[in-house]
Amino acid sequence: MEIPYTSKPRPDTGLYNAKVGIWLFLASEVMLFGALFSAYILLRVGAGEGTWPHGLLSIPIGTFNTFVLITSSVTVVLGWASLQVGNFGRYKVYQAITILCAFGFLGIKSFEYRDKFKHYEVWLKNPITVHQGGKEVQTDRLLGHIEYEGHHPYFWNTARLAGSPEIKDKNGKVVKAAVARVESFKFQPDPIHYTMSPKEMAHAKKESFGHPHQEIEIKASDVKRLSAFVPSHSTFFAIYFTLTALHGLHVLGGAIVIFYIWGPGAKMWKTDPQRYMNRVEVSGLFWHFVDLVWIFLFPIIYLL
Amino acid sequence: MSDHSHSHGEAHGHSPEEVSKHKKVYIAVFIALLIGTVVTVALNYLHFDSKALTIAIALFVASIKATLVACYFMHLISEKKMIYVILGFTTILVIALMVLTLTSYAAFPNGTVTH
Repeated sequence: MEIPYTSKPRPDTGLYNAKVGIWLFLASEVMLFGALFSAYILLRVGAGEGTWPHGLLSIPIGTFNTFVLITSSVTVVLGWASLQVGNFGRYKVYQAITILCAFGFLGIKSFEYRDKFKHYEVWLKNPITVHQGGKEVQTDRLLGHIEYEGHHPYFWNTARLAGSPEIKDKNGKVVKAAVARVESFKFQPDPIHYTMSPKEMAHAKKESFGHPHQEIEIKASDVKRLSAFVPSHSTFFAIYFTLTALHGLHVLGGAIVIFYIWGPGAKMWKTDPQRYMNRVEVSGLFWHFVDLVWIFLFPIIYLL
Repeated sequence: MSDHSHSHGEAHGHSPEEVSKHKKVYIAVFIALLIGTVVTVALNYLHFDSKALTIAIALFVASIKATLVACYFMHLISEKKMIYVILGFTTILVIALMVLTLTSYAAFPNGTVTH
């Protein structure tokens, strides 16, 4: 059976079916992201003074990734326009750039994630004196990096400091090796904390520029709480990872579809060029939507 | 833009002149998006005292960028009626979603969300 209106438009709507389909799908996507955005707003406005982490994401990296995504969006539409005049070679070049940008975006994002997984906040039982913004400050909360036995460990938390015993299954086979207790660790504190205002943070960063970290030794017994910048750190990181990971999955999905149409699926250009162009247009519409989500995500998460 | 592309049976519906005109528009939108991004980031480094102003400006620029993408890259400037109908419903529903969620703000006054 032949599926109707895959290439020719339906007389009553003036649209081929896939186009109606993608717009219905995008409408549902708007609701999905809308729900998460509204959750973000509610968490944000409900957060008390000085409790909402800000200024912890790299703005230059975020800006660069925005440029990467905008570039991929324009190459998608230029590729489609090239097909309109039958220039298949030009289309191939444009979409190759799109695919490269997509994977570039994901690469940069994973680099950012990795950075967060070894960046920590430590809550101390008693305040100590550290250097922040060109002056000595008394504080019981520090941001920074851990150094333990020559490594910068990932995903540490309060429980990790206490260590854990060996776990055996019922046959006596060790399923999880014992983890040694941590007595103390070296900590390289950042000159900033998000309890500062954005202005104070910028000032503190400027003051400390070029000065090396003052490494301190922290005893595990002095630690009230330890958390890497992971979802369980705070509602901020929970919503940050939820939104950016969901967006990242959309980038990955879109890139796979565009790659398929560009590579193995390109045979269709010879047999049914109109339907092929429609596929390129529909995948492009999805891609622009992904770009559109990022246009809102970037300022609210990185800048505000 | 797709108004003409299906009017005849052949694949390449747009005239080369038309397409090259569209390409110019795409490039212009691309440059506008880049400028918009630079403006948003640059304003952020100014650190306005008013938080409301900072948020308003960031969202205003983002909305302009989003409109440009939707109108020109997604061709919403000249679409068929049915697409507008779908998006009309979506707009109403997403606004309702936002408003309904935010009405629960009274249950989470400032300072009640901790970590």
